[in-house]
Amino acid sequence: MNIDTIKDGYVIDHITAGNAIKIYQMLSLDKLDCQVALITNAKSKKTIIKDIIKIGSLIDINLDKIAFINPEATVNIVKNEKIIEKKKLEIPKHLINVCKCNNPRCITSTERNLDQIFNLVDHKNKIYRCYYCESTLEKEQFIF
Amino acid sequence: MVKRKVRNLVDIRDLSIEEIDELIKVANDIINHKEKYSHKCDGKILATLFFEPSTRTRLSFESAMLRLGGKVLGFSEASSSSTAKGETLADTVCVVSGYADIIAMRHPKEGSPMVAIKKASVPIINAGDGGHNHPTQTLTDLLTIKREKNRLNNLTIGLCGDLKFGRTIHSLIAAMSRYDNIKFILISPNELKLPDYIIHEILEKNNVSYVETDNMLEYMNELDILYMTRVQKERFFNEEDYLRLKDYYILDKNKLIKAKKDLCIMHPLPRVNEISTDVDDDKRAKYFEQAYNGVYIRMALILKLLEVE
Repeated sequence: MNIDTIKDGYVIDHITAGNAIKIYQMLSLDKLDCQVALITNAKSKKTIIKDIIKIGSLIDINLDKIAFINPEATVNIVKNEKIIEKKKLEIPKHLINVCKCNNPRCITSTERNLDQIFNLVDHKNKIYRCYYCESTLEKEQFIF
Repeated sequence: MVKRKVRNLVDIRDLSIEEIDELIKVANDIINHKEKYSHKCDGKILATLFFEPSTRTRLSFESAMLRLGGKVLGFSEASSSSTAKGETLADTVCVVSGYADIIAMRHPKEGSPMVAIKKASVPIINAGDGGHNHPTQTLTDLLTIKREKNRLNNLTIGLCGDLKFGRTIHSLIAAMSRYDNIKFILISPNELKLPDYIIHEILEKNNVSYVETDNMLEYMNELDILYMTRVQKERFFNEEDYLRLKDYYILDKNKLIKAKKDLCIMHPLPRVNEISTDVDDDKRAKYFEQAYNGVYIRMALILKLLEVE
């Protein structure tokens, strides 16, 4: 299967198989008017299979969102068909407006103009807590 | 508006053990020498912003400020504030900062003090945020334990009732876990068990011993403190669940037969049915003393946050 090379844009590589669609949704890539290729189950030397996303434009990307879903992914920045930078991701210490607190008793459920903030409290187990009410972040809470 | 740096109390963990010891020392001194403190806050104003009804906490804050010679303003329910008109909490706090020297705030939403401290230019005291934290109740509890037991270490503490939504329980566990040789007996029905994050991040992280049980009598003979709580109707979305759980534990004289002679029975009040009135005459019942102590520890806290010598 051939996917065109991109002139300027991003190649998000080494995505764990199955996670590309989550990243696609979280970054709202369906709303872009440039070319976007979502490749699933591509061959990988390290992990046998992987997902890849190619974006044909240098849009602003929230790397924290990608790192939150798949910290093992790499983000390659392409200019004039050449990779000019490879960004390795790290689990973000804070998530700002990436997820919404789903505790109905949390102040974020009623107060207007409030950033949704989660802090990493356990790096090993990747546990985040709401900055306000300290509820644990569940993986299904992506809304932004 | 330029915000000056002030000290707040949102969570009991905002205070070091040394600071808590100092507050207890000052509160005891106030109890013994009330006159000495009666003009310490002359000219100062406390705003009590109570977005949720409360009798004890609000009145004890107001009493504390009045006993220090200061004045009090505020509201006792959200419907009598600008919130009813749609004002955000952030705006309310920002405005009231200009009217008072210190704010005590109770709000039904968890984490609301974090919004308040970002906007306020005067000290904020969290007087309870939903089922989350209630640090001044904890200070009251610590003062009571210290006065009754003359120590804050080497204690077996039974916590009974609603451990899930009971904010006084969460704050008390966070505070007591910092002292040596504390053991908690966590007594609750399965539906109202202590949240996992408190078990993992406070108890297990600090190597604090704990046992979970739904049997109130199982460890009664081991307890130094028995802290009863009310199952709070306002924390339930479902009336049926509340009705099923509200009378799960009722402490009466018979249940105290095997208890230690110097057991200290505590309750943040108000109680409904969880402590029978026949326990009130037992010399081990300390919940009314606990309520009185609340005024004095809040006096000590106001002095500290206003930096009054």
